[in-house]
This record gives sequence, structure tokens and C-alpha cells, in this order.
Amino acid sequence: MRLLRILFVLAALAAVPAAAFSQPKQPPADFVPVADSEQGEQIPAMPLIGTAYGLIWVGVFGYVWSVARRLRKVEAEIAALEAKRR
Amino acid sequence: MTRSMVVMVALAAGMFAIAPWLINGAPSEATMGLVYKIYFFHMPSAWMFLVAATTAGVASFRLLFLKRPRADHWVIAAAELAVLFGAFTLVTGPLWARKSWGVWWVWDARLTSSLMLFMIFVAYSLLRRYGGPGSDKLGAGLALFGMANVPFIYVSVNYWRTFHPPTSVVPKLPVEMGIPLWFCVTAFTLLFVILLRVRAHLEHQRERVEALYLAEDEA
Amino acid sequence: MSAFARIVWVIVKKDLTVEVRSLEILSTTMFFAVTVVLMFSFGLVVDGRPLNDVAAAILWVAIAFSGTLALGRTFERERHNDTLRALLLAPADRPALYMGKLLGILLLMGLVELVLVPLIGLLFNAPVIQQGMLLGLLVAAGTLGFAAVGTLFAAMLMRARSRDVLLPIMLYPMTVPVMIAGVRGTAALFQPTPDAAVAQFWLSLLAAFDVVFVILALWTFEPVMTD
Repeated sequence: MRLLRILFVLAALAAVPAAAFSQPKQPPADFVPVADSEQGEQIPAMPLIGTAYGLIWVGVFGYVWSVARRLRKVEAEIAALEAKRR
Repeated sequence: MTRSMVVMVALAAGMFAIAPWLINGAPSEATMGLVYKIYFFHMPSAWMFLVAATTAGVASFRLLFLKRPRADHWVIAAAELAVLFGAFTLVTGPLWARKSWGVWWVWDARLTSSLMLFMIFVAYSLLRRYGGPGSDKLGAGLALFGMANVPFIYVSVNYWRTFHPPTSVVPKLPVEMGIPLWFCVTAFTLLFVILLRVRAHLEHQRERVEALYLAEDEA
Repeated sequence: MSAFARIVWVIVKKDLTVEVRSLEILSTTMFFAVTVVLMFSFGLVVDGRPLNDVAAAILWVAIAFSGTLALGRTFERERHNDTLRALLLAPADRPALYMGKLLGILLLMGLVELVLVPLIGLLFNAPVIQQGMLLGLLVAAGTLGFAAVGTLFAAMLMRARSRDVLLPIMLYPMTVPVMIAGVRGTAALFQPTPDAAVAQFWLSLLAAFDVVFVILALWTFEPVMTD
């Protein structure tokens, strides 16, 4: 279990610099016709992408932590019961 | 942990670490620009959602018809993962849709049926928590019906007019987009297998606790 | 009559006999269905006129809500008198038990719909008589799909805790395809120029759901109901 957690933390740390280096592509220098400036153009993409990926990372880590917690509790119970049996 | 598990965890962790670089390197899309890159996690999440639902259904079949009581552990594990990956899919999708379609949600066949499948597995969790004894079999019945919906979800988008890209998009992807995509699909598959086994292991251990309590009572 | 058909008939007759004495489930379910129609109508009527396609939606929501109640109460009656255990102990084919209960529910819901559909026609000026044939088939097919899953789940939940709320929790997500097909087909018939082709498309989809759900339910009933 600990190995799992350590490896996932390492993966997360490695991902941080990658996220920091993501630059949005430069918009074209040409004239952009008015018809192209729909509402969609005005919503910045980065917060949406950041939220999407961030939520998945948080979700995965949260779930792993939740399972680890429950597993620890159950294994402690098993150890206690087996010690009592002897 | 077994050696195969350690290898899988190391591989998955490594792949998830590399993934942001690969995704960053993929080109911008013609109409959607940058935001389509949510796809690289959205699509594998959706696939794992459907795989989890199918796994739960298969394990339910083994529990009910092949009379394997331990299959119940796998139903519980797969159902929980269906809720997890379903949540990922249903959150990342609208985040993408907000920019590319202009709305958070539309009631088309694929979105509606995916939401419905998600709700079926949330219902499964509620049933297991509050249904009392015997709810393992009831849940298995529910999960079997849930699995029957999986092919319909996958195919539905090809028969209804919808904004949602049809399944034919995937084979036609250019290589620069295909590589990060399949990389992420592999990473997510590894993640799913790892999480499934760990979660089922938790259920095995819980069963051991029950058995120990019973042995204690009899002693 | 084969043994299967005989058992089905015995169960239907039993349920009919019990119900005819008091008419409790029928009358209360019917009144509840009418109340649902009225409640939704009050909510969805703007300036004295209903919103588009609302008549079809209200009809099917009323069917779903009243159907869930009827299912719960029918099996509560079985549980209360412990009759289902007797049935399960009897040397009867399990699928036959399921069929018997399903037919009983279908009969009950059919009677409720005989009141609901004209009511909708009255309140929303919907062409229920002109489109009677196709509409009748749509309602029948949708009710069958809903009841097929509902009978299975209600039977399964009979010995579970929190079964009152768990039945809708399990049933509604599962029957969403039936609801969608029913509403879309009915709405196509209620349009100013009714579209029979669209309605027939949704009807054939409903028929496909019915086949899948009934077969799956027949198959699953036995292993789920045995301890």
C-alpha cells in the first residue's frame, strides 16, 4: 500500500512541471473576421482544461487514499482478532 | 503486494507522469483549438466507465448463475469504479462542451444514456449500503440490467443526430493526436486493473474479518 | 393448459380475487395518477396554455409514478401476509410466478391508463381518439417495459430494508429508455400534424426494449429470489 502511495505521489510531482510549461498556442496574427468571434472564443480554455485534469487527479488520489484507509482499518481488525485467537 | 502488481503500479505511475508532456505536445485542433485536449482524459475515462459497468455485469452473472459467492467482491469493486470513472466522464465532458458547444449539457442519446448508467451504479451503491442482508443478490440483478445498457450507449451516438463526435472519429485521428490518446488509454486501463484488484482485495479482507468473528462466536 | 400457464392463471386469479373485494390498490392508484396529472399541469401551464409537448410528458410521468406506487403496494400485500414465501415454497416454476405477478400489474396499470389517457385528451385537447390505435400500442408497450423491470425489482426488494425508497431509486434510471421512447412517440402523435412514422419508430424501439427486459427478467428472477 505504501509503495502504491509513494509511486503515485512521485507521478504527481513529475506532472507539475509539465503543467507549468503548457503554453497556449499563439493566436494567428492575421485579421480574424467578426463572424469567427463567437461566444466560444471568449471563454478561455485553460481554466476548463486545468479543472478537468485537476479533478481527475484529485479523484484518483482521493479514491486511492479512501481504499487505503479502509484497508488499513480492516487489516488492523484482522490482526487484533488473530492475536486474540492465539 | 505481488510482483505483478508492483510492476503495474510502477508502469501506471510512470505513464501518468509522462502523459502531460505528451498531451502538451499534441497539436491544436482546427475548430476547437486547445480545449479539445480534455479528450485525452475524457475518452479513456468513458471507456473505463463502460468497462467497469461490463465487469460488474459479468461478475453479477457469475454470482447469480454460476453460484460463485466470491464474485460479489468483484461486483462491488467494479460498481464503485463505474461510479468513479463515470463521474470523471460526466464532469470532463461538460467542461469541454461548455467551450466547444457553448452549453454545459444537451439531452441527446449518448449523454442521457451515460447519465442513466451512472445513476444505475449510484443506485447500486445505495442498495448495498441501505438494503440490509441479501442485497448482494439484488445488486447483482441490478448490475446485470445495467450491463445490458452498455452496447446501447456505445452505438446510440451513431443513430441519433447529436453534437457528440461519433465513434468513427477514433480510427481517423492523425498520428500526433493518436499517440497521446492511446498512451492515455493504456495508462487508464492499467489504473483500472490496479484499482479493481485493490478494491476487491478490500472485500476479500472484509470477508475474512466476518469469518474470524464467526469463528470467535463459535469458540 | 400447460403447467406454466396454469400457475400464471392461478396467481392472476388470486390477485384479482383479493383486489376485487376491496378495490383498494386500484382506486387509490387511480386517484394518485389523476392528482399527478393535475399537479404537473398546474406547474407547466403558462398564461392558460400548456407548453409544447407537455401533454405527452405528463402522461408518462403519471404512469411511472403511479406504477411505482402500485408495484410497491402489491408486493407489500404479499409480504404482509407472507404469501410470497408460500408461493416460493410451492413446486412452481419461478418464471411462472414472475409472469403471474407481471400480468396482474399490467392489468392494474391498464385500468388506470384507461382513465388517464382520456383525461389527458380532455385537459390538453390531445387527439387521443383519432390516434387511438398507435397511442394504445405505445402506451401498452411502454407499460410492459416499465412493469417488466418493476415487477422484478419490487419482488427482489420485498425482504430488503428501505425498500420503499429503493424501488424508485433502482427503477427510474433503468426505465429511462422506455420513458424517452414513450414520450417521444406520444409527442409525435400529439403534434398539430401527427407524425405516424416517427411514432412507429419509437414503438418498434419500445418493442425491442420489452423483449430484452422481459427475457432478462424471466431469466434473473429465479437466482435472485432464492436464498
